[in-house]
Amino acid sequence: MQYAILRKERFNDFIARLSEIQKLVAPVSKGYNNFAFEEVTTGDEIALKYIPTILPAKKFFLPRRETLLEFNDAKGANAEASVEYEPVTLFGLHTCDLSGIQCLNMVFSERPKDYNYITRKNKIILIGLECNEYCDEYASCHLVNASFPSGGYDLFFTDLGDYYVVHVNTPAGDEIIDKTESFEKAEVYQMNELKNLRDHKRKIFINEVPIDRSRIPELFDLSFSARVWKELEERCLACGNCTNVCPTCYCFDIIDEIGLNMKQGVRYRVWDSCQLEPFAKVAGGINFRKERSARQRHRYYRKFSYPVERFSRFFCTGCGRCTRTCMAGISLKETLNELIKESEDRVWRRWL
Amino acid sequence: MEKVVIINSSYRLKKAKILSTKKLTEKEKFFEIALSDGERIDHEPGQFVMISLLGIGEVPISVCSSPLIRDSFDICVRAVGKVTNSLHKLKRGSEIGIRGPYGKGFPIRMLEGNDLLIIAGGLGLAPLRSLITYVLDSRRDFGRVHILFGCKEPKELLFRDELEQWSERTDLHYACTVDRADADWAGNVGVITTLIPGVDIEPARTFAAIVGPPVMYNFVIKELLNKGIPENQIYLSFERHMKCGNGKCGRCQIQNLYCCQDGPVFNYEKIKNMSEAF
Ligand SMILES: Cc1cc2nc3c(=O)[nH]c(=O)nc-3n(C[C@H](O)[C@H](O)[C@H](O)COP(=O)(O)OP(=O)(O)OC[C@H]3O[C@@H](n4cnc5c(N)ncnc54)[C@H](O)[C@@H]3O)c2cc1C
Ligand code: SF4
Ligand code: SF4
Ligand code: FES
Repeated sequence: MQYAILRKERFNDFIARLSEIQKLVAPVSKGYNNFAFEEVTTGDEIALKYIPTILPAKKFFLPRRETLLEFNDAKGANAEASVEYEPVTLFGLHTCDLSGIQCLNMVFSERPKDYNYITRKNKIILIGLECNEYCDEYASCHLVNASFPSGGYDLFFTDLGDYYVVHVNTPAGDEIIDKTESFEKAEVYQMNELKNLRDHKRKIFINEVPIDRSRIPELFDLSFSARVWKELEERCLACGNCTNVCPTCYCFDIIDEIGLNMKQGVRYRVWDSCQLEPFAKVAGGINFRKERSARQRHRYYRKFSYPVERFSRFFCTGCGRCTRTCMAGISLKETLNELIKESEDRVWRRWL
Repeated sequence: MEKVVIINSSYRLKKAKILSTKKLTEKEKFFEIALSDGERIDHEPGQFVMISLLGIGEVPISVCSSPLIRDSFDICVRAVGKVTNSLHKLKRGSEIGIRGPYGKGFPIRMLEGNDLLIIAGGLGLAPLRSLITYVLDSRRDFGRVHILFGCKEPKELLFRDELEQWSERTDLHYACTVDRADADWAGNVGVITTLIPGVDIEPARTFAAIVGPPVMYNFVIKELLNKGIPENQIYLSFERHMKCGNGKCGRCQIQNLYCCQDGPVFNYEKIKNMSEAF
């Protein structure tokens, strides 16, 4: 079955059964306009209409802190490499967040492979949920081609009023359809309604920033010494919040921790941020990205330029988290707008 | 939570033993190391390993011996912080952890048959010692060989015995300078760039290999270009903060390049326009 139907009256039943298979995580409300991915067992707990959660789903793939090695005797080099994981089903991921996981998959599957990530990823089931309209004004998912589903999930739900149309994308997805016994076969008229919704979406989801997607790498090629970065220098607080909440930021530090007996301990990795001052410092005190402007520029290039060369895709999903979280009011859409304006100025000047 | 052992984890350590140590200067110490189960590290000159002291940390250190020596390898470590100071305290017989070798070294096959101009600043001599000893052991595969070495003061000279030998060999040209002389110093005084104009080279068939502190690169490259050495015949090694060595943690990034995997040795032509590189 490639498409299935879940009637809304059966939704709670489905969620209850789904949560019996393995741990189930879904967006839940955390007070005004704040949401988080947390464990649920009933459909009522789930916030079906939600704006991107504070932290993205990357925390299930790349936990904030995870052990890489464990040792019982710090003298010597006897250490065991292991990974802790928990089979989990993530329900209700928007297309931007699915796209973020696709980005991380590429990074950690590239050689040398990261088996901590891969082991964990293979135990996670992903169920997407379509955005029929924009979550809020901070999103720029259409710009980066993440406003419509394009794989990266086992099942994908689209709300069509009385029922969900569910795209079954993998054998694991098929298994859930079988096990939860809540689904019906999709009829032609229901598939037509799905098509109508997508047609309608194409009218409301438009480029949030006035530039053709394919021209973004070129824009960045021209913008390395743009004024915009200098302006960010004065505003950015170098707190690192924007990278913490970003679904495609994965930089980490590696730290050793040893018990009071000076024998047992672990080597773990923990999220880090290129926005923090010591990130690129080397022995001798030289810092290769000393200014905040250079660090902000690095963040943007790691979204719109460098990964395009390496992985042929943007590492921005347009989720808007960085903008929502920034205490200094730095906005991704605004920065892109400024870059475009500045590059147009330059083009004009060449003609004058 | 469930847990599995990952046999092929890229963070797993190979066990190694310190075979011997030698104090080279006030701050630099030399270690001869062998992998415990007779395994070989099989490195290229210019590559580095991650040296692990459990409970303290892990640091990238260049291999400084020739790849032709197969049963053991050497490193030369400057004590600057937590791990490097602890490493200095280790004695013969101590066990340490190794990952790697990592990265891209000097392109030996490309250098063969050509003249070499090797320029080392300070601790940069360590990775270059791997190249130099390889070249000297396969001397007939290379054309003319020049080695220029500069450091701040005479007391910072590394591998003194070897420097002595190099200066006596007739099949290579060796010159050395210090920024500040002391009472016993009879050699050149001045920064390393002062040695370059005097070297007699045929630019078209000369490949340059440079390792030194970041401040050195701009000046040295300018002199080499003045000499007429083509941009794509200049190789240099970069030091960046490194944590994983696997192109993941992001620490070592120079724009779109990962120093740990794409480098640390880069061709000048490929990176000359990268402002974060210099
Ligand atoms: C490719 C490469 C090859 C190197 N080869 C050698 C070598 O042959 N011999 C040698 O003595 N040193 C070498 N280094 C430098 C060496 O890795 C650092 O001096 C060492 O990591 C410092 O660690 P620490 O714990 O002793 O110092 P810390 O206490 O951690 O810090 C001291 C200073 O070193 C910087 N630093 C810390 N960790 C690193 C790191 N992983 N990489 C770079 N800088 C760091 C810190 O920012 C700080 O300024 C090399 C570095 C690189 C990247
Ligand atoms: S959240 Fe804002 S202030 Fe903090 S580092 Fe990011 S851009 Fe700078
Ligand atoms: S850069 Fe901002 S908008 Fe883009 S994926 Fe990261 S948090 Fe979302
Ligand atoms: S050291 Fe981690 S990416 Fe290079």
